[in-house]
Amino acid sequence: MNLRRAANSLGLLFVGLVLVSPAILFFLWMISLSLKFEVDNAAYPPILIPERFAWKNYTGVFESNRFGLFFLNSLIVTGAATGLALLIGVPAGYGIARMKANKAAVVVLIARMTPGLSYLIPLFLLFQWLGLMGTLVPQIIAHLVITVPIVIWIMIGYFETTPLELEEAAVIDGANRWHVFRHIALPIAKPGITVAFILAVIFSWNNFVFGVVLAGRETRTLPVAVYNMLSFEQLSWGPLAAAALIVTLPVLVLTIIAQRQIVAGLTAGAVKGG
Amino acid sequence: MSTIAERPVAAVPAASATGARPKRTYWPFVVPAVAVVGSVIVFPWVFTVWMSMHEWTVGGARRFSGLSNYLRLMSDERFLTSVGHTLVYTLLAVVLPLIFGTLAALIFNSRLPFRGILRGVFVMPMMATPVAVALVWTMMFHPQLGVLNYLLSLVGIGPQAWVFSPSTVIPSLVLVETWQWTPLVMLIVLGGLAAIPTEPYESAAIDGATIFQRFRYITLPMIAPFLMVAVIIRTIDALKSFDIIYAITQGGPGTASETINLYLYSVAFAYYDVGYGSAIAVVFFAIVIALSLLMLHLRQRTKWIDVQG
Repeated sequence: MNLRRAANSLGLLFVGLVLVSPAILFFLWMISLSLKFEVDNAAYPPILIPERFAWKNYTGVFESNRFGLFFLNSLIVTGAATGLALLIGVPAGYGIARMKANKAAVVVLIARMTPGLSYLIPLFLLFQWLGLMGTLVPQIIAHLVITVPIVIWIMIGYFETTPLELEEAAVIDGANRWHVFRHIALPIAKPGITVAFILAVIFSWNNFVFGVVLAGRETRTLPVAVYNMLSFEQLSWGPLAAAALIVTLPVLVLTIIAQRQIVAGLTAGAVKGG
Repeated sequence: MSTIAERPVAAVPAASATGARPKRTYWPFVVPAVAVVGSVIVFPWVFTVWMSMHEWTVGGARRFSGLSNYLRLMSDERFLTSVGHTLVYTLLAVVLPLIFGTLAALIFNSRLPFRGILRGVFVMPMMATPVAVALVWTMMFHPQLGVLNYLLSLVGIGPQAWVFSPSTVIPSLVLVETWQWTPLVMLIVLGGLAAIPTEPYESAAIDGATIFQRFRYITLPMIAPFLMVAVIIRTIDALKSFDIIYAITQGGPGTASETINLYLYSVAFAYYDVGYGSAIAVVFFAIVIALSLLMLHLRQRTKWIDVQG
């Protein structure tokens, strides 16, 4: 009986491995591409593990002084867009949840349905008119289109689940709304804020389309920068794969570390950027 | 961006003293968000509609032209073709992740060893940066040096042109989209499976139902609302898909994979014809909303248990 159960779960483990194989094989191949010299990347049949590792693909990316700039750009855009979204979205989620203003959520929903590009034409003209195009400001503001709805949506869901009794007790004791929010609702909502923060960071970091339109030579974020490498170095796969891996690595690490929060947030909000 | 969600039903707080208070007291919490949403989301909508009624190229003069941009759209063959591409792409990019995602959810719902780790790995494709992923897929699609044709040769299938041939480019792009977004469907359906009580299965076992019967008559009806949520989200996202298509083919070869979104990009930001581009944006937006509403309506009609949308 025990043997049968062991065999059973071994079989299930096998099924599970088959299930994750498209993901694993893809990322393994990505690593392999990034660690091979051109000769090995052009070899047929393809080589998975080369005899010599081309670490220079990575050092090359880091040594390029532009990389530091693009990394910083990404960090500033994502950081500012996420920070602002939390500052605005957490209280909004609280207000909407307490007012039971479900209609307000519809606006957020429609924002989710709108193609990102259709925000860009007016925003592009506006930023040009304001003379902001050489700075990171346009991208930060455009990224709010992604981060604010994520934060509001997740926080509405979260504040709806937090108990009201404490808040009511505080109101009876004479606390005003702001104090109730600041000292009672907010501390309880910390796990929800974490989820909102992580998802906002990921989808802002990954965003490409806003950068393609709004970024100039000096204001590219990493996804745009790595895409531009493609046109200049189409044939050198190693450095390109290394750059691609470096761009997506922070997000993948975050996914692994915060898996539970991400799954919770996605199933509660079924979220995606774009 | 966030969307149609399943909120825990039990989460809705019972009527309380707070509910009776004037709702106005919570307005200050919402005002900043209203200002931001108004300026970065609502303003662009309104401005886009206004622009779409003008002949307007960046750097050129602006002239009111009524609905002529829309009339031009109706006879613009490149636009009509892009609508066709979008619909084919969307259909495939909804159906395939739905099938694979549901299968995966059924497996993840069983007593899988190392379930947490496996789920974490399974979810990775959808969190990875789309452009980075697209670059690697481009290399894998390479007809001579790509690993995909090598893998096909191992099982005796001849080399394919993948994204380099007009006839296979859309299915190839859908392959990437499916690889990336099957996990989202899996997570949504998994949430549905977790909510199914065990009693129906127990009585079905007593009645001697087969596995297939149990899936068909118990599991499927119970997860149907979740499948519908997945279909709606996938439809919206597939219609809007940009990063993968742009990074891999830029709509090519020729215009073989040019969807509405890609055409919109070309018109507005390559030709800088913002008036016409705005008209495309408005029509595109209308298509997305119409399809979403249609599906929400279908979902409502089926009267499944309430899945908060």
